[in-house]
Amino acid sequence: MKRHAAITEPRWIRYLLIGISILFLISFLITPLILIFVKAFEGGIGLYLKAFVEPEALAAMRLTALVVCIAVPLNTIFGLCASWAITKFEFRGKGFLLTLIDLPFTVSPVISGLIFVLLFSDKSWLGGIFYNLGIQIIFSTPGIVMVTTFVTFPFVARELIPLMQSQGIEEEEAALTLGATGWQTFWRVSLPNIKWGLMYGIILCTARAVGEFGAVSVVSGHIRGLTNTMPLHIEILYNEYNFTAAFAVSSLMVFGALVTLLIKHYIEWRMKGEKRL
Amino acid sequence: MSIIIQNVSKAFGDVDVLKDLSFEVKTGELIALLGPSGSGKTTLLRSIAGLEVIDSGNILFHGDDTKDKTVQERQVGFVFQHYALFKHMTVFENVAFGLRVRDKKSRPSESEIERKVHELLQLVQLDYLGKRYPSQLSGGQRQRIALARALAIEPQLLLLDEPFGALDAKVRKELRKWLRRLHDELHITSVFVTHDVEEALEVADRIVIMNEGRIEQIGTPEEVYHHCANAFVYQFIGNVNLFHGRVEDKVAHFGNVSVSLPETSEQETKDTVFYVRPHDLDIHHSAPDSTAFKAKIDHVHLAGPVVRVDLTSEWGDPVHVEITQDYYLSMTFQKGMDVFVSPKDGRLFMQDYSI
Amino acid sequence: MRKKVRRKTILPGFGLTLGITVTYLGLVVLIPLSMLFIKTAGMGFQPFIEIVTSPRSVSAYWLSFYTAAISALINAVFGFLVAWVMVRYSFFGKKVLNALIDIPFALPTAVAGIALTAAYSGQGWIGHLLGKIGITAVFNPIGIIIALTFIGMPFVIRTIEPVLEDMEKEMEEAASSLGASRIQTWIRVILPTVLPAWITGTTLSFARSLGEYGSVVFISGNMPFKTEIAPLLIMTQLEQYNYEGATAIACIMLLASFSLLLLINSLQAWSKVRGRG
Repeated sequence: MKRHAAITEPRWIRYLLIGISILFLISFLITPLILIFVKAFEGGIGLYLKAFVEPEALAAMRLTALVVCIAVPLNTIFGLCASWAITKFEFRGKGFLLTLIDLPFTVSPVISGLIFVLLFSDKSWLGGIFYNLGIQIIFSTPGIVMVTTFVTFPFVARELIPLMQSQGIEEEEAALTLGATGWQTFWRVSLPNIKWGLMYGIILCTARAVGEFGAVSVVSGHIRGLTNTMPLHIEILYNEYNFTAAFAVSSLMVFGALVTLLIKHYIEWRMKGEKRL
Repeated sequence: MSIIIQNVSKAFGDVDVLKDLSFEVKTGELIALLGPSGSGKTTLLRSIAGLEVIDSGNILFHGDDTKDKTVQERQVGFVFQHYALFKHMTVFENVAFGLRVRDKKSRPSESEIERKVHELLQLVQLDYLGKRYPSQLSGGQRQRIALARALAIEPQLLLLDEPFGALDAKVRKELRKWLRRLHDELHITSVFVTHDVEEALEVADRIVIMNEGRIEQIGTPEEVYHHCANAFVYQFIGNVNLFHGRVEDKVAHFGNVSVSLPETSEQETKDTVFYVRPHDLDIHHSAPDSTAFKAKIDHVHLAGPVVRVDLTSEWGDPVHVEITQDYYLSMTFQKGMDVFVSPKDGRLFMQDYSI
Repeated sequence: MRKKVRRKTILPGFGLTLGITVTYLGLVVLIPLSMLFIKTAGMGFQPFIEIVTSPRSVSAYWLSFYTAAISALINAVFGFLVAWVMVRYSFFGKKVLNALIDIPFALPTAVAGIALTAAYSGQGWIGHLLGKIGITAVFNPIGIIIALTFIGMPFVIRTIEPVLEDMEKEMEEAASSLGASRIQTWIRVILPTVLPAWITGTTLSFARSLGEYGSVVFISGNMPFKTEIAPLLIMTQLEQYNYEGATAIACIMLLASFSLLLLINSLQAWSKVRGRG
């Protein structure tokens, strides 16, 4: 006990530090979270539930689901390909490729939206082609899908690359010597080995795809019931002083975020367990 | 299955790892590739398996060139140094893997797979572990499962990369005896890589000694131990004392000792090194003959089956000698004593200037 | 010279996966991003300089810069404290609190924005208290700092935590056995070990804050010259169909982000070297 006491801080300092930390987290993190639920239920449960059956709310949820269903699988396939190429082989320019993959993380959401507006505006070359074909990209669903894909681009690859790097290629080689084809090796050996990391990446990617606001806001055109995702729907409700509804929809998203964290911790716990074995 | 290695070369970037290697493995033989780390032995093994692509030369299985054969087509059993067991599969599934990945036509039925896997697990004496995961096994058990998995595809050639490298000393000795017995039962042509001389001498039918991508010597354990082809092999195979000297007019000079060499063909004066194993040196209180030289005892190590004596020769070189306990006790040697050391046996290698 | 430097691996799929990776990267990230520079290059030097040096732009950059910097510093101080407390001390509710730290990663920024506005407005739980000491947070740069602190919070904490966990207590024990006081141990052993990760986390937090949009717009009030951050200015320009203005400002922002990315990469390389010792 004495030995232990010698290398930590005096008790009052420990309590002070814990106190400050908790106060910091409460004022910046916990209070806003709780407030969302308080505000959401201020008008009673009836008004709360009403926020979800509005046709515009339902349309926003549907659009968000659609966006997630396209952007996340695309980035997952990309993430698997990129991490396979990068971790299983040696080639020139690997470091540069890694930096490029990280790029979307450093681009401001508003700029992410802007570049797609520039790319597909009817004044641009590509936008002109689509305009003549009668396909609207910007201020329409395809634009929202594209920016979301851009913004969530690195998530899966980012999780998988360090994981696969640490695993090496010996198990894959073993599978090949036992007669497995490339596909069999991938499905039966590589994929099971990275399943938790992959799920982790998909979860993070999904959370971001659901919640992206700035970039989507730029390309959506805010057409009610047509090009509003859930975060945009919240913004409109809020700006119309329909606070109860705004906080009600928000509470659903907070709930989603909490579930995400729960899954994340479950996965972390599983990964840790497997590492220990 | 016989293997012929013909003029095989390989480089990683600017480093030549294999330099024009040629040798043959006969059907049913157990061959050790022995060498220090970086000698290219693992690369050679991986090249035979098809895990590395060689730059030039040929590897023939049964007389057929393997150049266009993929790893899968070569059907070689490969045991990896760290076993490379599939972590997410049970022991049973690990062993069954090679059977399950066959195409539909040649894949055995589920009951056939089960029978086969149990047979293999019995062979490696671990049938009771089928439901465990690799992480629940000891190193020695993993090693045997890796072997069972490699045998499941009924390979005609078994390759083992440092099979006992990651095990502790005791398990290692047991397992290598077991591997030898297993080989005598199955008669699969086998090649294993090791840097442990004792292991190679004990297990292999023949040993290929490699150094810096070249073959230094090929031979049976007796041959490489008693008839070392060159200075490298002599030094690598066991502990050795080095005496630097000169050969002049068929007489070798080491410090104050001169030895006549009637059969040498060297005419000119050359630097030479005399290699003597510690157990080929004797210690005496007085000089027994003209080859003996004076030395001072620095230290005596009494623990162990032989007594190891560290000395300094009269010209200042360290000398290591191994004598029996009985001899030591009868002669009452002591630290600080001046004694005479004489060689019973040894090898003379002319200094090679080409290095 | 040898022709093939790349070490040949017998694992299959290199061409396929690298091909998909590069193609997808090009389509989703590089082509859209390049639009920004093409558009900027097309607008001519003089107009470009005029836009990016206009008083409104300059005040937006400055606001973005200093609010991001202050919030990053707040996070540096409190993040270190929280990470230390989470790793070294134990108290009731620690696990839940620690899990909630990731909320800013998982929560949509718009939801964070309205929640913080609700908490810090004059009538809000915390804003009410701040009002008593004469501080107005909402529609004020202070509000922006609060939002950015929320957004950047996990970066510092999550970068430092693993370093603190890895830091062997034995090292501290060794220091005290050699006669160092607790304060000397702190300054000479603990701080130097954590420093690279600390700087990296703070820089990450700063980079994220610089481009943040969603959480800020609700709390800032968006008044030009007063609470208009650079991403918001881009948005305003876009809404007025002033693509050139938006592009030029975005270009400056992007260059700043890229320099930060370079800085972060070299910082991470540095902490890796440090970690090895």
